[in-house]
Amino acid sequence: MSHSPKKITAQDIELPQNSLWRKLPLIGVALAVIGLGASAGIAWKGGKLHPQFYFSYLVAYAYWLSLALGGLFFVIVQFAARAGWSVVVRRIAEHAMLALPAFAVLFIPIALGLHDLYHWSHAEAVAKDLVLQDKAAYLNTTGFYTRAGAYFILWFVLAWYFWKKSTAQDESKEAAATKRMQIVAGPSIVIFALTLTFAAFDWIMSLDPHWYSTIFGPYYFAGTTLAIFSFISLMGVLLQRSGVLKDVITSEHYHDLGKLIFAFTVFWAYIAFSQYMLIWYGNIPEETVWFKHRGGAWLGMSIFQGVGHFAVPFFFMINRTIKRFKPTLIIGALMVLTVHYFDMYWLIMPTYHHHGPHFTIVDLTTFVGVGGVFLAVFGYGLARHKLIPAGDPRLKESLAFKNI
Amino acid sequence: MASSNSPSKSFGALAEFDGAASLVSACEKVRDAKYRKWDAHSPFPIHGIEDAMGIPPSKLGYVVFVVGLTGASAGLLLQWWTNAVDYPFIISGKPLFSWQAFVPVCFELMVLFSAFACFFGMLHFNKLPQLYHSLFRSERFERVTDDKFFISIESADPRFDEVKTVQFLKDIGATHVELVEE
Repeated sequence: MSHSPKKITAQDIELPQNSLWRKLPLIGVALAVIGLGASAGIAWKGGKLHPQFYFSYLVAYAYWLSLALGGLFFVIVQFAARAGWSVVVRRIAEHAMLALPAFAVLFIPIALGLHDLYHWSHAEAVAKDLVLQDKAAYLNTTGFYTRAGAYFILWFVLAWYFWKKSTAQDESKEAAATKRMQIVAGPSIVIFALTLTFAAFDWIMSLDPHWYSTIFGPYYFAGTTLAIFSFISLMGVLLQRSGVLKDVITSEHYHDLGKLIFAFTVFWAYIAFSQYMLIWYGNIPEETVWFKHRGGAWLGMSIFQGVGHFAVPFFFMINRTIKRFKPTLIIGALMVLTVHYFDMYWLIMPTYHHHGPHFTIVDLTTFVGVGGVFLAVFGYGLARHKLIPAGDPRLKESLAFKNI
Repeated sequence: MASSNSPSKSFGALAEFDGAASLVSACEKVRDAKYRKWDAHSPFPIHGIEDAMGIPPSKLGYVVFVVGLTGASAGLLLQWWTNAVDYPFIISGKPLFSWQAFVPVCFELMVLFSAFACFFGMLHFNKLPQLYHSLFRSERFERVTDDKFFISIESADPRFDEVKTVQFLKDIGATHVELVEE
């Protein structure tokens, strides 16, 4: 009310010429080459890649893809809800979703490793298995590739549309672009929800082809939202550390991001427990087998999901001061981003390592490699455009935003 | 015997303002003058008035947190006692104390307790229900639900002074100031 909107200068919303952020694309490419090169080098045995490579790669892929998908989700939801508060942090999510097309290329190793990853892709295994024969109408190689192609085309169209329109608005300043994106955002949510759900079914759930869980899509979705809220908080603080966005992103915006991390921690736990309790109650062998694979030597990591992914972040992020104070918010965000990796690991790895978690160097190198690609694209966007959507008609509202 | 021209005991001073903006800036000045027992009255919620009045964040959250945890514990205790101790009954071959099955009830009781704590705690912190308030003596105050904005400073405030406080309120932009009886 009595707050006059802050004056933004070019130094506030553009990276300095000598900033290390401008080298992020280069650093990302270097990490990608080193990471993926080392992974392939280590896993190359007897003229082919060891299956460990494909599983490690899938974990890394699922992790970084969740950030890109989370970015897309964040952007379309802000437009669908016509949100004003989030304008100053939206650009970070926009550059994250820009990485989605790159994941089409990154999908190649998964497509190549199809037979190492997915039991249902073996014709002789299906011939001996009545359940897989019943599922063959959906779980077959042609369908798998076709669907993957469809996801990537739709993700590319959505990410490109919103990214292009939003960055073009920086100069054009036309309010009509915002109106247009608000209209497109509605149907985009439907497309996003369906593609994410089926991608999670195809790429992660079908690792255990007898097992199914209708809530699996939301489970992966909960992870993507947590990842992007944490990523935005982290990037916001890091960018401010290097001298930009001062007084643009305030503790009010961090408070809201913290509230979202807190809320979606509960959402994740709600989904994860719902999945577990129904299967536990029903006690049907083809459903319980999935959790049986996550007992035994995996039990420690299963319990860690409940403690690290829910209890600790929940009681940590519940406090108002912690959400508003940058260092503590960052501790929470890093905690979530770390535990999210173990969540992906826990979903995927038991299919390969039945006898307990077994970390290898390839887990690390694939993580660095895929992450390098993601960061390269993210940095590419960051270096080329203003750090906030400077032409958004709601920018003033966002700058003056206050929690009640 | 109370005389007619001097009030037996005054509740405090009531100052009238014309708009939300002048109310907020006046609140900042009352806050800076270190008054403690005072309040602002407006026909609608005003953004940023808590800051202008210097109201600290509500303590309600802490109350709800503790009561919510109590509710969850009560739910667990109830189910443990009824299912595993007082009337052991095997259901679909599960252990008597099956925490998985107990979580929904714990969750629901936590929500129920929290909602009660939130509602009644809010009433308590707002000093409600309160059937009578001295400010209702003022005829001008009726327009607080319509188009006028008010600040009241209670005479119980250590800094309150019948002459100085009235003058102070006039100085910070009040269009009309009156003393209200207890």
